[in-house]
Amino acid sequence: MGKTGKISLYLLVFISLLSFSAPLISPYDPDKIDLDSIKNAPGLQHLFGTDNKGRDVFSRVLHGGRISIIVAVLATFLSMGIGLVIGLFSGYLGGKIDTAIMAIVDLILSFPALLLAIGVSVVLPPGIYTVMIAIAAVGWASFARLIRGYILIVKEAPFVEAAKALGCSQTRVLFIHLMPQCIPLVLVLMGLKLGGYILTEASLSFLGLGAQPPAATWGSMVSASRSYISSAPWMVLFPGFMIAITALCFNALGDSLRDRYGLKIKY
Amino acid sequence: MKVYLIKKLLLLIPLLIGVTSITFTLTKTLPGDPVYSMVGERAQPEVIEKIRKELGSDKNIIIQYLGYIKLLIKGEFGRSYYTNRKVIDDLLSKFPNTLKLALGAMIIAISFGLFLGFISAYKRGTFTDRIISSLSVTGLSIPVFLSGLLIMLFFSLKLKLLPPSGTGDLRFLILPSVTLSLPALATLARITRTTLIEVFDMPFVTTAKAKGIGELKINFVHVLKNALIPIVTVIGLDFGSYLNGAVLTETIFGWDGIGRFTMEGIIKRDYPVIMGCIIVGTTIFVIINLIIDILYHSLDPRVRLYGKNR
Repeated sequence: MGKTGKISLYLLVFISLLSFSAPLISPYDPDKIDLDSIKNAPGLQHLFGTDNKGRDVFSRVLHGGRISIIVAVLATFLSMGIGLVIGLFSGYLGGKIDTAIMAIVDLILSFPALLLAIGVSVVLPPGIYTVMIAIAAVGWASFARLIRGYILIVKEAPFVEAAKALGCSQTRVLFIHLMPQCIPLVLVLMGLKLGGYILTEASLSFLGLGAQPPAATWGSMVSASRSYISSAPWMVLFPGFMIAITALCFNALGDSLRDRYGLKIKY
Repeated sequence: MKVYLIKKLLLLIPLLIGVTSITFTLTKTLPGDPVYSMVGERAQPEVIEKIRKELGSDKNIIIQYLGYIKLLIKGEFGRSYYTNRKVIDDLLSKFPNTLKLALGAMIIAISFGLFLGFISAYKRGTFTDRIISSLSVTGLSIPVFLSGLLIMLFFSLKLKLLPPSGTGDLRFLILPSVTLSLPALATLARITRTTLIEVFDMPFVTTAKAKGIGELKINFVHVLKNALIPIVTVIGLDFGSYLNGAVLTETIFGWDGIGRFTMEGIIKRDYPVIMGCIIVGTTIFVIINLIIDILYHSLDPRVRLYGKNR
């Protein structure tokens, strides 16, 4: 892995550790309203300042990060799981099943993702599970497409033929011999997608479709504080920069993983 | 070509059925009378009666769905719960604004994206390349709503160069267009760079060099022409990001387009508005994809043969 990849990985671990230990290390209760210290500028007492209700922005950023990161990671695993299984079957079986599945994949890929996610989150009650489902409902398609393409190549390899000649069953070939071959591709794809999903989660939260108040995520914090951008810019800047830095680290990590495994995936 | 086009047009049908089923299910799952949820509580009794007849609430679900489609084709998207205005009228009046914004953003993204990608590929491995490459990854990682707020804070609230929000002439258009263009610009710069580098290494470029063709001509005629195909695809695929981004950008800059309309619908839970926006948004998107596909065909004769395997 390159230097950029390593730095991003360390940063991500650092951000995740901070967010996950939020209840232990955050200096204030994130939802505690303190009308005596409204919109205090960042300082020693409040590291990231306070918001329009006197809540400590640093504590809220830590707690919000926990939700944002968990949602993005789980959504990635969900999309990857569905996409991996469907891609495996589609590529391995080929024929009419493959054509039908790829038609559905094309269908989903030709939707504007955020609009579709908005549709899903309007049908389901707003909340973090809805965001995950909305992301995965759209996200699995690109995983399925790339994994299917990869299986199409790998399944012609001699070791597959050997496995078949030794009398392995179809399922054994598929899951024991072919699936492990996808691990590098899956890792790279997850890295590349996670950054995007952090942004999607943030956008859906920004639109008010994610976690409901008083719980906050980075996206909903930016949304709630955008009318204070000129009087208390720190309310917007800190959660906003956390979104950007996390997404940037995931993107850089995905890029360097891709280079390391020598995969050609274009975005 | 004709067969391909017809195939593509046929693919539109399941797509639109998919979208309308989602919105139809939505009308069914909403609490209360689905007819009210389509036309609003304040509609005239005759209209309600007419729609109830078209929908055939007592008949089975497929006939109800067909009735719903019939209404949609007539342009009957229902009325907003809050303003009691026809959703379709609002959509039509706001559409030109969104189009202006998207076109502005597209022009910025294409010109700067191609330019930066070209420089970066041409000077690959150098300091300039690294700067441009890291800038483009950063551009991909900043959410549109954050870059929008930062741009607004800096250019209109601090420097007071341009108005922070509103709909109007070019002065109002610049900041939201720049904001909306950023993610697409970054993607384009990246794709242009990787594609050009790939083409630089191809044998025909070496041949052209060996024949003594000038560097300028090789770059612009031989390389660019061959690199254009993936780039055009990305420009087309990215149109979705303009539609996605428009929801956020228009909201931040108070630009009176379909995006802000959608956002307001979501906040007020104004279901006819949300459904109308989703249907119109996806339809526009799909039509644009089709146009890109046709462009693709005329750019590269190879696609005509292998189009199916793409």
